[in-house]
Amino acid sequence: MNISKIANLKFFYTKTRKISSFLSAFTLILFCIGIYWGLFIAPTDYLQGNSYRIMYVHVPAAWLSMQTYMIMAATGFIALVWKIKIMEIASIQCAPIGAFFTIIALVTGMVWGKPTWGTYWVWDARLTSELILLFLYIGIMVLYSAYSDKRQAIKITSLLAIIGLINIPIIHYSVEWWNTLHQGPTVTKFEKPSAHITMLLPLLYMFFVFNMYFLSILIKRMRFGIYMREKNNKWMEELKND
Amino acid sequence: MIKITSRNKKTIAKVLVFFFAISSFSSLLIYAFSKNMVYFYTPTQVSKKEAPLNSHIRVGGMVKVNSFIKSKDSLKVYFKIHDLDQEMNVTYEGILPDLFAEGQGVVMSGKLSKDGTFVASEVLAKHDENYMPPEVADMMKEKNGALYKK
Repeated sequence: MNISKIANLKFFYTKTRKISSFLSAFTLILFCIGIYWGLFIAPTDYLQGNSYRIMYVHVPAAWLSMQTYMIMAATGFIALVWKIKIMEIASIQCAPIGAFFTIIALVTGMVWGKPTWGTYWVWDARLTSELILLFLYIGIMVLYSAYSDKRQAIKITSLLAIIGLINIPIIHYSVEWWNTLHQGPTVTKFEKPSAHITMLLPLLYMFFVFNMYFLSILIKRMRFGIYMREKNNKWMEELKND
Repeated sequence: MIKITSRNKKTIAKVLVFFFAISSFSSLLIYAFSKNMVYFYTPTQVSKKEAPLNSHIRVGGMVKVNSFIKSKDSLKVYFKIHDLDQEMNVTYEGILPDLFAEGQGVVMSGKLSKDGTFVASEVLAKHDENYMPPEVADMMKEKNGALYKK
């Protein structure tokens, strides 16, 4: 099997039909296990008690918000240079998923911030740069919908996605470069992670679950994107009649 | 298979030049403004007179162990904060967040008075990146005396 075959829209659309439903069901089961692990099995924190448990959603959501952005920019770059249709669809379908992860990260952070810091929101570098990430996602979605020629639209949104990549290291290193209210990294650093192993394992597991969720929702959205683009084409008409 | 034609090369070059232009522009901008992007000052910076007097600023540090005094008839509290180097006095009137404790980090907004005392109008607890079960924390306490002591 070579790349041009996978890149074929019809091939992708027909082959992922079953995989997509299977992945969604599988992810839901994994998610339930992860939530049970994080909320009931993992020990309470010595300082925060139970409120720290929100990190089992907050931290993976925040990581995925950045990871989705990098995937959007990478696929956008490939789409821009080689004009591969499936990459165009993958890139633009990443935007609403990333925006969703960003909103989850921001909202769970605010809910945690109130009892821990004493405030819902502060304008420190970490929180502000994550909010800018949300605006980038929304900007890309709005820009895409503003064009009626979708192949033209993807050129502009890919470029914006690539420019916005600068924000990713800013989000990640903001807690080290500036004095912020947000604490430094617990896991993603060169030293040993600063969470006890019984608390770290469910976190890493949830990261894996969020990745599975990302994959399943991306495939679903790409199928939708292919349908929207190809609904008037012959092969899609034939599939519909089957 | 994916081939890199001369046309592709041109597009790649254009995108890369554009990206590096924008990123160097924004890094210069961040570098130029980095002094003004300070979210809070540390006691060391305040002692070096880097923080402005009579204007609304934020100061952050660790609450010094055994420095917390609570007024008997009001919500006024007095404590010292430090950053392992310098320390400074703080007064505050109001409700403290749940995680406020001696040895813990705080970020406060308020004004510096002439005698160097920080008059806080808001106190937020800064959490660190350490997570552990209470039993482990107790074990570490026994081993090291206390978790956060200067």
